[in-house]
Amino acid sequence: MENKVINTSVPVNYVHNKTFWTNRRKEGLFGWLFLLPEIIGILLLYLFPLVFSLVLSFSDWNLVGGLQAIHFAGFDNFLKLIEDEKVIMALKNNFIFTIFTVPIGMFLAIILAVIIHTKVYMSSYFKIAFFIPYISSIIAIGAVWSALFHPSLGPINQFLTGIGIENPPIWLASPKTSLISIIIITIWAGLGYQIIIYLSSLSSIPEELYEAASIDGASQLQQFFKITLPLLGPTNVFLFITLLIGSFKVFDLIAFLTQGGPNNSSTVIVFRIYEEGFQQFNMGYASAISWLLFIIVGVITLISWKLQKRFVHS
Amino acid sequence: MKKKLDISKILFTIGMLGISIFFLVPLIWMMSAAFKFEKDVMVFPIQWIPKDWNLVENFKAVWMADIPFYKFYFNSIKLATIQTLSTLIFSSMAAFSFSKLQFKGRDFVFALVLSFMIIPEQATLVPRFILIKWLGLYNTHEGLILMGLFSIYFTFLMRQYMVGISNEYIEAAKLDGAGYFKIYWSIILPLCKPILATAGIIKFIWIWNDYQGPLIFLLNKDLYPITLGLQLFKDDYADNFAVLMMASMSAVIPLVIVFIILQKQVIKGIALGGVKG
Repeated sequence: MENKVINTSVPVNYVHNKTFWTNRRKEGLFGWLFLLPEIIGILLLYLFPLVFSLVLSFSDWNLVGGLQAIHFAGFDNFLKLIEDEKVIMALKNNFIFTIFTVPIGMFLAIILAVIIHTKVYMSSYFKIAFFIPYISSIIAIGAVWSALFHPSLGPINQFLTGIGIENPPIWLASPKTSLISIIIITIWAGLGYQIIIYLSSLSSIPEELYEAASIDGASQLQQFFKITLPLLGPTNVFLFITLLIGSFKVFDLIAFLTQGGPNNSSTVIVFRIYEEGFQQFNMGYASAISWLLFIIVGVITLISWKLQKRFVHS
Repeated sequence: MKKKLDISKILFTIGMLGISIFFLVPLIWMMSAAFKFEKDVMVFPIQWIPKDWNLVENFKAVWMADIPFYKFYFNSIKLATIQTLSTLIFSSMAAFSFSKLQFKGRDFVFALVLSFMIIPEQATLVPRFILIKWLGLYNTHEGLILMGLFSIYFTFLMRQYMVGISNEYIEAAKLDGAGYFKIYWSIILPLCKPILATAGIIKFIWIWNDYQGPLIFLLNKDLYPITLGLQLFKDDYADNFAVLMMASMSAVIPLVIVFIILQKQVIKGIALGGVKG
């Protein structure tokens, strides 16, 4: 429709050659005009940083002495990277963080969402109750849990000693349990989001499917596995990817509560970038770590786009 | 048959109430601690309703501190409002162009813009930090705001929404002699109210809860938003949990109230793809 209008206007312009600002040219001009703020923003805040970060990752620079002080360092940063124990630790922690938070979170969320969707009264109360931790600032949440997890005085450990556990874990203060404590808080705070996502796709499953199935004598468990779970497929993929990418970007709680410690036991990739870049000002090396993050997240994203396409088509 | 179903529903409801308490208890504990004297905070068994109230003193310690808490509030509101409004304007402008205007290279540019979404924000922190320093905007709200002026993600969402708006509105307006700005402002934007509301709420919550940005781009404590303000209280009151919990409560309660009022909008927005960060 639109194309037709444009095509017919071309010969008309050809005849009335006087006006340079044909409708088509005008539309193009305004098209670019409306894009201008965002394009400037992307060039300044996305493209330039990306290129500059690549240059920096092959250099040695600590901000002092301006641009003249940048030294080309070849592959030094990347060679350092693969031998950096803290980076390896961070990768390991990111991996542990992912394999705990993603599956456990999704598993709990799907069960709770199905129960809230079909099996309870006051379902809107439950939506709010589970969602409040997510909406609250993760920093305030972190402050509360830092008190709850207090090694000697905290309510959790007082409760554990109360029921006869003699040496309860000291949570955030021990290298053995710091990461697991962060994982617990993350699952607790994020579950509401995942429940909301599941609920919104559960509500789009037609009721008749379940009615037909129960007439055929399918038990509720069978209905869950044969109807609900398959129809939640795309949602599962979406959530899995979102949480996976998110788990490699985790930073706030760790910076706020443990600073990656004790003893680097809870350090992660983004925290390493922060440490090198903004505490030590090793801009070159921090950029090299940033590229590691970019490559990990980029690969996951590309694979996920492929996956999602397949799910949409099938 | 029907009665049987109800009993199982009641049992499930009771069970779920138990589980939901697990999600609310830390926040209830926070509130109760904020009302107490420090000596009573860690008393076990927990005094859910404090025997001795210290609400006023705790409140004063937070809201009348050296840097009073309302200052953090003011900064958070300022940062979130400006960035939300500008994102709504810039992203909807770009979305309008990508969906309703015909010109050469449009779809190629759109694909190019989307491809930038693949870059994790944290991966470009270092060069953006240097850029902001060069621009002389380090340790200013302006620098922080500059980085949140627009959002590719919301451009995408709005473009998808605008594609669904019939072109007849635009053709009719053109016949009436309306220019493109007028079409954008008085035809498209009013029709986009639902998506604008959703995007606005989500962007506001993101900025409100942002910790990493302010941590890196701000130095001066007077410029801190609430999240960094809480960090100050955590450092200064490491052994005074009553005050820290009062500060946390002050940060959380308004957002929770707003959420309960706007819950339908917020939940819809989050379900649409309110990915954090």
